[in-house]
Amino acid sequence: MSNQVLQLEGVSRSYGQGATAVAALRNVNLTINAGEFVAVMGPSGSGKSSLLTLAGGLDKATGGEIFVEGTPLGGLSINELARLRRRAVGYVFQDFNLVPTLTAAENVALPRELDGIPARKARRQAKDALRLVGIEELADRFMDQMSGGQQQRVAIARAIVGQRRLILADEPTGALDSATGDGILEVLRGRAEAGAAVVLVTHEARHAGWADRVVFLKDGRIVDEAASQHDPSVLLAGLGH
Amino acid sequence: MSIRHSLLALLQEGSRYGYQLRGEFEERTGATWPLNIGQVYTTLDRLERDALVEKEGDDGEGHVIYSITAAGRAEVTRWFAAPVAATNPPRNELAIKLALAMTLDGVDVAAVVQAQRTASMRLLQDYTRQRRAAASNAGASLSGPAGTGSANDAAWLLVLDSLIFSTEAEVRWLDHCEGWMAQRVAAGRKSSNGGSSAAGMQTMASTNGAVSK
Repeated sequence: MSNQVLQLEGVSRSYGQGATAVAALRNVNLTINAGEFVAVMGPSGSGKSSLLTLAGGLDKATGGEIFVEGTPLGGLSINELARLRRRAVGYVFQDFNLVPTLTAAENVALPRELDGIPARKARRQAKDALRLVGIEELADRFMDQMSGGQQQRVAIARAIVGQRRLILADEPTGALDSATGDGILEVLRGRAEAGAAVVLVTHEARHAGWADRVVFLKDGRIVDEAASQHDPSVLLAGLGH
Repeated sequence: MSIRHSLLALLQEGSRYGYQLRGEFEERTGATWPLNIGQVYTTLDRLERDALVEKEGDDGEGHVIYSITAAGRAEVTRWFAAPVAATNPPRNELAIKLALAMTLDGVDVAAVVQAQRTASMRLLQDYTRQRRAAASNAGASLSGPAGTGSANDAAWLLVLDSLIFSTEAEVRWLDHCEGWMAQRVAAGRKSSNGGSSAAGMQTMASTNGAVSK
């Protein structure tokens, strides 16, 4: 049970009512465990982003139930939901969403301070998170002194600070060149290997290739899943094999 | 694949016998395209016939040593300078299958596309995992500069990248096919509802990039 970080049970989300209602998600079941890296793929309008905003408690399902670390989101008040988000859920967006007037460390510490953690402790946690994403030495830089790849690492640090175990990433490499994007995927992969549950929404197959599991959405439904087979015979090779 | 030019290029580094050439080829390409030793010796015979290599005697253990000739070196230079020419597109079973699926009655094209996408995605996951392992063996970060790995490690990573990018291209093409079919179905619905008969043509003309953002 405690291994399940995110669980969607028969989740639906529709907008509007009656004949003009549009269903963004229809009866979606999905469980993501600690240490798992799952990619969600699908054409525009397939429900990828709806799934992510629902999982992160930024929107409410119109059917079914969503559990984050065992807590059903449906019954929570707005304040309780906000608290759960700050404690358990980290978001990473394509455009980073960092505060330009704060340093890297201050950006990362912000959600902890909002949660009532004393500034010094929040700052220490921020430094820990920056170390985990490989940019501890950039803690005192402002955003305009950092590259896109470095800013996205700050955003990932902010998503994981305080040991949050659910990381929701929406096209996090969209604004980055290919090699820098690979570096970001490497960091996300590393977080999953350290025990976080990572959900990556992407339309790029090469990025989804980093995931343990790929979920395909179409018209708001999960239509298929690809799981890596860990089959060494795919390509024996390699040097010295 | 040009075994002929690959063997010639390896011989430029120094004289070798058949098994050595096979080993060197596989080490640099990660044994992605295994060579059988019969192919290697047949190719060496032809290269000798064409005066691009010559026999240098044996190594004392019965292995015949080959070395490259001046004409052989010129051939290697020409090979690296010339782009790889794809005069006829190589036969692509998937493209043929989809073309037939779309034109025959009673085939669920969407299911064909999705089954292939899942299989290709799985392959992509396996390649990506292998690339991560290879990069960490090579002591090089995936994103960073060449690092401390040897030239052969780097060569193997490049081959894996090539497989990753071509599999990605296949998935993108499948996405494109699916988007294009969806637009055609929508256009068909529109015209059967009394819409303009030009709708189908417009859809076909405007579908480039309909799926890939």
